[in-house]
Amino acid sequence: MSIFSNFRGVARGRVGGTLILGVTILAVILLFSAIGPFFVSPHDAAVGSVIPRRPPSLQNLLGTDSQGRDMLTLLIYGTPNTLKMGLIAGFIGVGLGLLFGLLAGNFGGIVDGVIRIVADALLTVPAIAILVIIAGNVDRMTTNVMALVVASLSWMFTTRTIRAQVLTIRERAYVEVARVNGESAIEILFREIMPNLLPFIVASFVGTVGSAILAVIGLEALGLGALEETTLGNTIYWSQQSAAILRGYWWWWGPPIVIIALIFLGLFLTSVGFDRFANPKLARRS
Amino acid sequence: MSRELTRYLLTRIAQLLLIVFIAVSINFLIPRLLPGDPVQTAIARLQASGAQQSVDVQAVAAAYKAKYGLDQPMLAQYLNYWRDLFHLDLGVSFAHFPEAVSTEVGNALPWSLGLLAVATLIAFSVGSILGALLAWPGTGKGIRALVPGLMVLTSIPFYLLAIILIYLFAVVWKILPPAGGMDTTRIARLDWGTTLDVLRHALLPLLAIVLGNVGFWALGMRSQMVSVLGEDYITFAEAKGLSPWRVFFWYGMRNAMLSQVTALALAMGAVLSGAVLVEVIFNYPGLGSLLYVAIRGQDYFVIQGVVLMLIVALATLLFVVDLIYPLLDPRIRR
Repeated sequence: MSIFSNFRGVARGRVGGTLILGVTILAVILLFSAIGPFFVSPHDAAVGSVIPRRPPSLQNLLGTDSQGRDMLTLLIYGTPNTLKMGLIAGFIGVGLGLLFGLLAGNFGGIVDGVIRIVADALLTVPAIAILVIIAGNVDRMTTNVMALVVASLSWMFTTRTIRAQVLTIRERAYVEVARVNGESAIEILFREIMPNLLPFIVASFVGTVGSAILAVIGLEALGLGALEETTLGNTIYWSQQSAAILRGYWWWWGPPIVIIALIFLGLFLTSVGFDRFANPKLARRS
Repeated sequence: MSRELTRYLLTRIAQLLLIVFIAVSINFLIPRLLPGDPVQTAIARLQASGAQQSVDVQAVAAAYKAKYGLDQPMLAQYLNYWRDLFHLDLGVSFAHFPEAVSTEVGNALPWSLGLLAVATLIAFSVGSILGALLAWPGTGKGIRALVPGLMVLTSIPFYLLAIILIYLFAVVWKILPPAGGMDTTRIARLDWGTTLDVLRHALLPLLAIVLGNVGFWALGMRSQMVSVLGEDYITFAEAKGLSPWRVFFWYGMRNAMLSQVTALALAMGAVLSGAVLVEVIFNYPGLGSLLYVAIRGQDYFVIQGVVLMLIVALATLLFVVDLIYPLLDPRIRR
């Protein structure tokens, strides 16, 4: 499998378009949270710093909430926190998934059986149910702890993908050749199998970050988040607590929803685009 | 019954039992693995919140101790826990002491099941037909133009859609109620008035779940249908001169549906998680709202009861899907 055959797929228009659009959306959001802090003062995210319940105006571009916080400032400081939780959970989840997937695919037998059964069972359980029990028992919730909590249920999908790939790659002729040449099991794993897993690891990572962020804002909507910190999900939680929907304060819950939707759209397009990019066969069919 | 079918059914039953086992064990273990005495912690939290002044703390503590039996060895506690479950004893609610948790969960369950089942059925069938049409070469431009919209809908979590829907249809344009399962003044009876009222209240939550899911099923079906339509038997069916409708439904959709049903099994967990949050946003009287109120009030047994119910309900649902699967795919039945 040559890398260039993949690039030929990208050149054929639509395939690359989806990926580029997805990555662009994500880049814009990252840029927003990276340069945003230069334009606002963190002081405005504190309770009572501005006049409460103001619709968007020149002083407060996105209005203010009923606790007297500037919405734009809240978003600028909340977005990176939400992304951070998704990324940490994504890294840990994919790391664990890779480890379990390699173990299951390489060793087979009981190890494989146990990992596969547990992963399958946990995949069909509603994640929020287990996460509620864990998060509800944490004494002092912070965004970092939240990332760990969510990561604990973020590894199953990667495990399944990696395990299935290892099983097929192991049977390929070049692995056989390496074995005959006297490479050790570890060498085969890192030199022959791992490079071929890369596209799947990247794809799993994008998917895992997405579902981790979904789980995080879900827990935050239930009031189980790190309530002392500013995140997108907490902003929606507070707006819900103050009945902002019924009172018509759309600028309170609207912008965080738009940013969350953009994050998911960006991740979704990236993963669809990357899938076509990594599996040219799929791209040719549709 | 053939041997393959028996084996298939036995595997599914084993999987159902395993999920229930894991759920119960997690519910049992997590509070005990974390540092501190769960009884003391819960009572301290209860007193700190100050909201339940009317509750007799001593009675609550006694109920907690009896339930947990913390002075006994771990294994005995675990077996007790199972025994109580078989007697449908999930403990008592603090907020509504001494009401049994099983009563509260039982009251909420029909609301959740009804909402979720109807919403999933609509989203699944509409999405599947839409997706199949999207892959069909004869489909007009109008339907194809839906694809970007479906992609956007799929990527928004559906409880956020719920917020937007409430704002549009209950605040800006006041045609539907923003919250609740029926009018608070209404006494529930089996008559047309009650039925219509319940339906009117269910419409927006239903719409939120359907809109949030339909894209997922449509996009999944489209990619399945594309690969099915590339198969030789489709070409052959067309060459035989079968009508396009017959080829579409009987040769195309029937085969593409198989992986949709498999996807249903994998996606239901996520759908249920989302539906719980939709209920919270709408204050709908189902398990989601019960869970939310319990979390806010630190009502520990209720939280555990709802969580257990969610997991067991979903596992049972998946089991039913698995039982339907052989009917769809004759290859398993043989």
